[in-house]
Amino acid sequence: MDIASKLMLNTEVTRRVLVQFLRHELQRFGFRKAVLNLSGGVDSSLSCFLTAEAMGPDNVLVLLLPYRSSAPESAAHAEQVVALTGVQSKTMDITPMVEPYFEQHPEISDVRRGNVMARMRMIALYDHSVVWNGLPIGTSNKTELLLGYGTLFGDMACAVNPLGDLYKTQVRQMARAVGVPEAIIQKPPSADLWVGQTDEGELGFAYAEVDKLLYLLVDERYTADEAIAEGFDAQFVTTVVRRVQAFQFKRMPPIIAKVSRRDVGHDFLYPRDWGT
Amino acid sequence: MAQLRVGLAQINPVLGDVQRNLQTHLEFIRKAREQEVQLLCFPELSLTGYLLKDLVRDVAIAADANRPTMAELLAASQDMDVLVGFVEADSRHRFFISAAYLSQGQILHVHRKLYLPTYGMFEEGRYWAAGSRLGAFDTRFGRFGVLICEDFWHMSSAYALWQDGADVLLLISASPGRGLSPEAALGSSRSVEVMNQMYATFLTDFVLHCNRVGFEDGLNFWGGSTVFGPDGKLIAQAPYFEESLLTTTLDLNALRRVRVQLPLLRDERPTLVYGELRRILRSSSAVP
Repeated sequence: MDIASKLMLNTEVTRRVLVQFLRHELQRFGFRKAVLNLSGGVDSSLSCFLTAEAMGPDNVLVLLLPYRSSAPESAAHAEQVVALTGVQSKTMDITPMVEPYFEQHPEISDVRRGNVMARMRMIALYDHSVVWNGLPIGTSNKTELLLGYGTLFGDMACAVNPLGDLYKTQVRQMARAVGVPEAIIQKPPSADLWVGQTDEGELGFAYAEVDKLLYLLVDERYTADEAIAEGFDAQFVTTVVRRVQAFQFKRMPPIIAKVSRRDVGHDFLYPRDWGT
Repeated sequence: MAQLRVGLAQINPVLGDVQRNLQTHLEFIRKAREQEVQLLCFPELSLTGYLLKDLVRDVAIAADANRPTMAELLAASQDMDVLVGFVEADSRHRFFISAAYLSQGQILHVHRKLYLPTYGMFEEGRYWAAGSRLGAFDTRFGRFGVLICEDFWHMSSAYALWQDGADVLLLISASPGRGLSPEAALGSSRSVEVMNQMYATFLTDFVLHCNRVGFEDGLNFWGGSTVFGPDGKLIAQAPYFEESLLTTTLDLNALRRVRVQLPLLRDERPTLVYGELRRILRSSSAVP
């Protein structure tokens, strides 16, 4: 089976749905404006293009939040996206915000440092959401959400997410269609939380491969055995299945201990768009 | 009457706000009147929006001509027949996804959704009671049948209405768009279009499908409402994703012409189907 072709999408239809989604969901909550963190990677660049199209560039504020070790090309790419979309931008170096914490914890690991930085950026995002009077727009894609490859309450935090149902390979297709520069689409994806970090290096597999597997497991409801019969390496399938399972908690609100007849977590069930 | 001016009001209801949706209905009725529409259809749950969850109990109304919302719509139906979708509460506090056919100030027919999808993204079985009656009804324009969304994913529903004499099927939905591919339409749109065309072709009926637009909790509703003729050909289609009023004229004489050429209705053998179904259901090998 040619699984790669199943991940191909019609960019015009998808763009229309995502742009209208952003416009309608923001307007129904009474917002005309949006704010998002722009790293210069393909995900946040696509979110920026879509949000600018939905709300008008003057109504979009992007935050560029470098750390002292961030790759210089990340900032250059983010600046390109700002120029191409015409959105408002603000740059703040997060180094002096996170360093005092790191100094108090000299033993801190790369992953912990990365999480602190992602959460610092979330604080900046939500703070500017108030100042700018705009809703925070998400940049996590379906591959990241399924693999749990993101910081809870960090880069995963947002009010609405236009990319959450697009695999990474689909994000690339969409990015190309809306005019994200090719250099941003082609460069190795990286959270850029420490020097030399790449998503694929850290995960241990390529997005192009894992997207095909996730598509079979999630969208087409293949069992692990059926995916192996389709030609995927058994160890790879096991690793991915375990990973999806292990990070379910990142995709859910916190569990509430039920003791009353009606509680917020289990049976007080209203739509998110309640009253809008 | 050979000609029937029909309209499909492809609206974007406000979730849980019956008053605002009522105003939208009256506005579309007014616009349809300008275009001399005789029958105007609204989508599933057009008075309330779809993803209501626990709001179901708050927005329910009885199928009662004296209730304010229903009374206003009935007043507007004096010169134009109107099909509206609403949350129906019965006297014993059960809630149904219903559609009311209003004509000349009367509630002529109420259809309660029969099949409540409770799988994948759908959880209707949690909130709603299922209807238990399926029947065609006479209008001043001919004999019609109404189905709501999941109802017409079960081909027996359309078949039964056809056997009950429906020449025009009014299908209404709040169909969430999903299924990406290189095609210029979402997978769910294609499926519903194929289904509607199939019903028109196999039943030699007019098939009107009114779908809604807008977004609720990240679900998109794709619109694309259609009118198919009894020859299975597309007569008119509303745009995808945009609120719009689709109007067209049905030539009801086409029913005669098509059925003379292709007498599927004449040759259909419901007694055979009935007998065989009875045998199948009685036999020990039947699926329980």
